[in-house]
Amino acid sequence: MSVLDSKVPEGPLKDKWTSYKDKINLVNPANKRLIDVIVVGTGLAGGSAAATLAELGYNVKAFAYQDSPRRAHSIAAQGGINAAKNYQGDGDSTYRLFYDTVKGGDYRSREANVYRLAEVSANIIDQCVAQGVPFARDYGGLLDNRSFGGVLVSRTFYAKGQTGQQLLLGAYSAMNRQIARGKIQMYNRHEMLDVVIVDGKARGIIARNLITGEIERHSAHAVVVASGGYGNVFFLSTNAMGSNVSAGWKIHKKGAFFANPCYTQIHPTCIPRSGDYQSKLTLMSESLRNDGRIWVPKNMEDVIAIREGRKKPTDLSEEERDYYLERRYPAFGNLVPRDVASRAAKERCDAGYGVNATGEAVYLDFASAIQRYGKEQAKIHGIANPSEAKIYELGQKIVEAKYGNLFQMYEKIVDENPYETPMMIYPAVHYTMGGVWVDYNLMTTVPGLYCIGEANFSDHGANRLGASALMQGLADGYFVLPYTIGDYLSDDIRTGKIPTDTPEFDAAEKEVKDRIDFFINNKGTKSVDYFHKKLGKVMWDKCGMSRNEQGLKEAMVEIKAIREEFWKEVSVPGGANEMNPELEKAGRVADFLELGELFAKDALTREESCGGHFREESAEESGPQKGEAKRNDKDFAFVSAWEYKGEPADAVLHKEELEFKDIELKQRSYK
Amino acid sequence: MSGKGMNLTLKIWRQKDAKSKGKMETYKVNDISEHMSFLEMMDVLNEQLIAEGQEPVAFDHDCREGICGMCSMYINGEAHGPDRGVTTCQLHMRMFKDGDTITIEPFRAAAFPVIKDLVVDRTSFERIQQAGGYISVNTSGNTQDANAIPISKHAADEAMDAATCIGCGACVATCKNSSAMLFVGAKVSQYALLPQGQVEAADRVKNMVAQMDLEGFGNCTNTGACEVECPKGISLDNIARMNRELIKASI
Repeated sequence: MSVLDSKVPEGPLKDKWTSYKDKINLVNPANKRLIDVIVVGTGLAGGSAAATLAELGYNVKAFAYQDSPRRAHSIAAQGGINAAKNYQGDGDSTYRLFYDTVKGGDYRSREANVYRLAEVSANIIDQCVAQGVPFARDYGGLLDNRSFGGVLVSRTFYAKGQTGQQLLLGAYSAMNRQIARGKIQMYNRHEMLDVVIVDGKARGIIARNLITGEIERHSAHAVVVASGGYGNVFFLSTNAMGSNVSAGWKIHKKGAFFANPCYTQIHPTCIPRSGDYQSKLTLMSESLRNDGRIWVPKNMEDVIAIREGRKKPTDLSEEERDYYLERRYPAFGNLVPRDVASRAAKERCDAGYGVNATGEAVYLDFASAIQRYGKEQAKIHGIANPSEAKIYELGQKIVEAKYGNLFQMYEKIVDENPYETPMMIYPAVHYTMGGVWVDYNLMTTVPGLYCIGEANFSDHGANRLGASALMQGLADGYFVLPYTIGDYLSDDIRTGKIPTDTPEFDAAEKEVKDRIDFFINNKGTKSVDYFHKKLGKVMWDKCGMSRNEQGLKEAMVEIKAIREEFWKEVSVPGGANEMNPELEKAGRVADFLELGELFAKDALTREESCGGHFREESAEESGPQKGEAKRNDKDFAFVSAWEYKGEPADAVLHKEELEFKDIELKQRSYK
Repeated sequence: MSGKGMNLTLKIWRQKDAKSKGKMETYKVNDISEHMSFLEMMDVLNEQLIAEGQEPVAFDHDCREGICGMCSMYINGEAHGPDRGVTTCQLHMRMFKDGDTITIEPFRAAAFPVIKDLVVDRTSFERIQQAGGYISVNTSGNTQDANAIPISKHAADEAMDAATCIGCGACVATCKNSSAMLFVGAKVSQYALLPQGQVEAADRVKNMVAQMDLEGFGNCTNTGACEVECPKGISLDNIARMNRELIKASI
């Protein structure tokens, strides 16, 4: 019997959530006023949770390291949010969204959680529209949809290429209403540096005021961690510069199990890197694959001519191009899921067909979309025999209306006009499906300690489908956690205020202060970024898009060595009692240096390929699926939940076996 | 990159904390690639300062893709620097040339006090939003169906254009009066253009404008500088709409 209890309710899949909600304990409104909840992070999950908990009547303390909750990295999500509304009448349903998500996650997510996610997805859209989120509409005034990778319906709602921004501003507005009422106390420019456990329950946090450097104690009856993903363990990713694993890692070290750390999403459409000074990578929304076609030259002579500047991509005829996704996956074409598209780009570039100087770029081409829209517009406007120039002009306008801000962003970064020449793209680390293990209530293995949004592991399995992250963040925050946390807090109505002058708070604070003192006083010779970049290179080379036993074993040894060097040689200028960005980074990188090793260990243990985790030893050797990922359901249909035991290499594996009662496990074919 | 990059002189505002006096300091950076972003150039400077045992320059930044609104900086006398339609993090070094001297200051306004070096306190924006920048709908999810009220594509698109404001404060930093009207106008407009925003429209505009005045932001004298410097192209029309809404609410 595993120590892990997922607490999935009994009963048929489609009734679980409804009947569970009917039975769990509630806290009456007068008692909610006596209960404090801490929320760490104010992205879609944390922001929506803070707003909802405050509205229900709890006293909420919310923490963000940025200067405003609105700046959390959810703001950067571009493409859209999925919901099973079936407004397009194309056969969508709750079951289909559930099915696509489980299949997209390569059958490594928890069935009951995913079904609940699909179930509440429609409420999210209703909620956001009521809040004034300006989703895109069609000419009849109703909501518009687009299609995303890995599905055959149009269920993605969007607000231009800034959907995350608009949804976060919606949650932020709901927060502001509660901040104004005094129900949320907002702590901007604060970073959680540890959790405080009292009698086995999470009862508070230690936070640092990033302006004054003051170390503060905050108590609560429950703690919710909504601190996002850990993609920055790779140094270069599409995450914000400040995105970090620290909140998740601190709670891991205090008893919360960490699940599936190796499940990372490498997003296929990002702007390729240009030099060693690169500080981050920029995503180009997956929505572009609705209209863009991905290709590399068919012939090596053309690749070389393009690299040497003797030919332009527009010089190549249709016959000279290899639209490799359309060739390999005729059913889904350019809209295969992210992991499949990324590996296919890597395959072509590894074979030498990359189109830029580094050999790590493929084309994303809008010429045929511009043609198609142009012809359609000419017809709508009654223009008979339109000239090529007219078609182009009309088509470009449509493409601009759909993706204008993305094209502008590309042009500002690369200095090329993507309307005239195809974009160059390459995969980059984007999202982490792994995270803190939670049960059906979104509670970790520590009582009273919850984890929501990207920071937890539960809904996306080994690969997340496009437009599902926003859905999960808001589902957790608005509609799941506020119910399930009540069941736990109903035992706390007579507890009273949690004091902070206790030995548990003393000990946690001392630990935090000692570490800060170490950084400030260490006479090292190398900057924090030096170590972060070194770690990132090992992660990308050995734990990136494809992994093998030997590389992963080397990675574990190398990361440990970098960690040891870090603790000897790191140099942090400035003082502890002031704003000190280098000190903030040092703490975060120290945690990445531990997570990185566990990541490699997890990838090493999982001797199968699934979703974003591709083990070279586990690929189809023959038949129509030759070269594709080979999953092993017999031995690996489980969640890897790691228990902290000191050194990352000593972490203990606990398995949560995954049961699929409503879905048949199949090979994930997009051909 | 070897030897072909730009050599630059940087004049940067250094200030220990809110209470200390600040001053301009001069630094040199060499071999800067034209493909670098402005903040990557600042990273190079900071790595250099750390190696020399000096304190690096503190500046706000996070997403580095022009959407979080965290980065600021007044570069050569312009909020977010010389390029148009970009934040500082999207500004690239190809806008500069070898031998240039670049002046870098924080956003300046009475309502944006300096915290350290180039970092300013923009919580005045937070308090304006808290005064009414929301629709008072609870988060139960039991609202009416999202398609129950059709909204014309035109109104939805216009609301979206107003809603793209990232709250960076460039409008304030640019304005000779340090007015926040473009920021407030954008938020008021987003809701004023949508049917959901009508119920509380009068109170919203009155409360937000009152808070704006309380924070010490100046008035609008229609110079239009804010619209020019806004990285998201927020239109002056939003200020006109806010004024209309305010008059409507007052009669």
